Amino acid sequence: MAIVELKDVTRVYRNGEHEQYALDHVDLSLEEGKFVVVLGPSGAGKSTLLNLLGGLDNPTSGTIRVDGKDITALKDDELADYRAATVGFVFQSYNLIPTLTVQENVALVKEISPHPLSSHEMIAAVGLADHVHHFPSELSGGEQQRVSIARALAKNPKILLCDEPTGALDSETGVMVLKLLLSMAREMGKTIIIVTHNQQIAKMADTVVRVKNGKIVTCENQDHPLTAEEVEW
Amino acid sequence: MAEYIARFFSEKKMADAWVLIQEDFFQATLSTLYITLMSTLFAILIGLPLGIILVTGDSKGIRPLPRWLMTFLNWVINLLRSAPFIILIVLLMPFTRLLLGSAVGDGGVIVPLVIAAFPFVARLVEGSLRELNPNIIEMAQSSGANTWQIVFHVMLPESVPSLITSFTTAITTILGYTAMSGAVGGGGLGNLAIAQGQQRSNHAVLLAALVILVILVQILQTFGTWLAKKCDRRQKNQ
Repeated sequence: MAIVELKDVTRVYRNGEHEQYALDHVDLSLEEGKFVVVLGPSGAGKSTLLNLLGGLDNPTSGTIRVDGKDITALKDDELADYRAATVGFVFQSYNLIPTLTVQENVALVKEISPHPLSSHEMIAAVGLADHVHHFPSELSGGEQQRVSIARALAKNPKILLCDEPTGALDSETGVMVLKLLLSMAREMGKTIIIVTHNQQIAKMADTVVRVKNGKIVTCENQDHPLTAEEVEW
Repeated sequence: MAEYIARFFSEKKMADAWVLIQEDFFQATLSTLYITLMSTLFAILIGLPLGIILVTGDSKGIRPLPRWLMTFLNWVINLLRSAPFIILIVLLMPFTRLLLGSAVGDGGVIVPLVIAAFPFVARLVEGSLRELNPNIIEMAQSSGANTWQIVFHVMLPESVPSLITSFTTAITTILGYTAMSGAVGGGGLGNLAIAQGQQRSNHAVLLAALVILVILVQILQTFGTWLAKKCDRRQKNQ
């Protein structure tokens, strides 16, 4: 059963008289528990797609159903509730709060969720049990990204939306983060949606969605994706 | 120079000043502190929420408010900030009387001080909150935090050191304003300086009042800076 379903979705940005189609009549259907990579050059509409799925933006036309719910019909407050309950975000720049410890960063977001998981368990799950009382500035980039994944997971979302999660990391740390994300799909049944321009990451995906000029060029399922270790860039 | 000293610092005047310093200065200092603290407290009670609204209600804020309302709020703040305090005291007398039953005394100066200071505090709070890294707000929003949670769990806790610095600026400014309390018969060092120092030509009293005010500002500023540093967790672990 599809957890994400876009029907004829268009997002137009108006800039004076100029109209720009960030997404142009897009249809897309994604299965639950899959590791999905959305691939495309910058400006192709990847981030718009991610923001629409995350309920941070509304489409100009079309409908988006996530987990059986039409999120295009929701009001601002309902969208916040939807974000709190259903999706977790992982950003390229981690967006950790510098004045809070690892444990506090994770616990802060947990308060928002209606059905959170233990923050200690999530921190342990990303392999940072020894660093709970450290501040973000005391961690490496890869470790900070793992904290942000623990933070997203502690809300217990069905879908993890990741915007260039390895964009600021070197190849080796990037692979570790990807491996962690992949295990979230395999072991916890989360749907992982990664937006990137990195072709290599697509090789480990169950589903690869290629986006260009606001349109979906292809949406392919791969029966034998590579493991994280086999990927390199 | 000799004439100036003879006129304002004669032996008799110095003796008068010494009596005043011993008998009235302690009470006047307490009065100044009372007026300053009460005014700052109320100015923050009004200015803090207003400053939060200025940031969150902005067209690019986390909870945009109607444009006319934001324009109105900004207009009121700018208007109050451009009125000289001594004029505000006089203009607000009927309002002060309505509120307290009397337009003179310490209360007579606290009311106009609060009215003059809360727009200033609101602007300081606005500045402090706008310094926040927008990525952190974006993170809170994308996590599904509502406006309330973003303000109380992220924006305010993250701005504590900056807010303390702002409030320190506010309290020292307000302390300076209290010098005008003499105009409405409020107590304090300002009143003493004007009534005894200027009007009775005893400049030793003026200078003594000045010295105490300078010391008070130094103490408040030092304490504020120390507290802001103590609350800044980033500095501790670097």
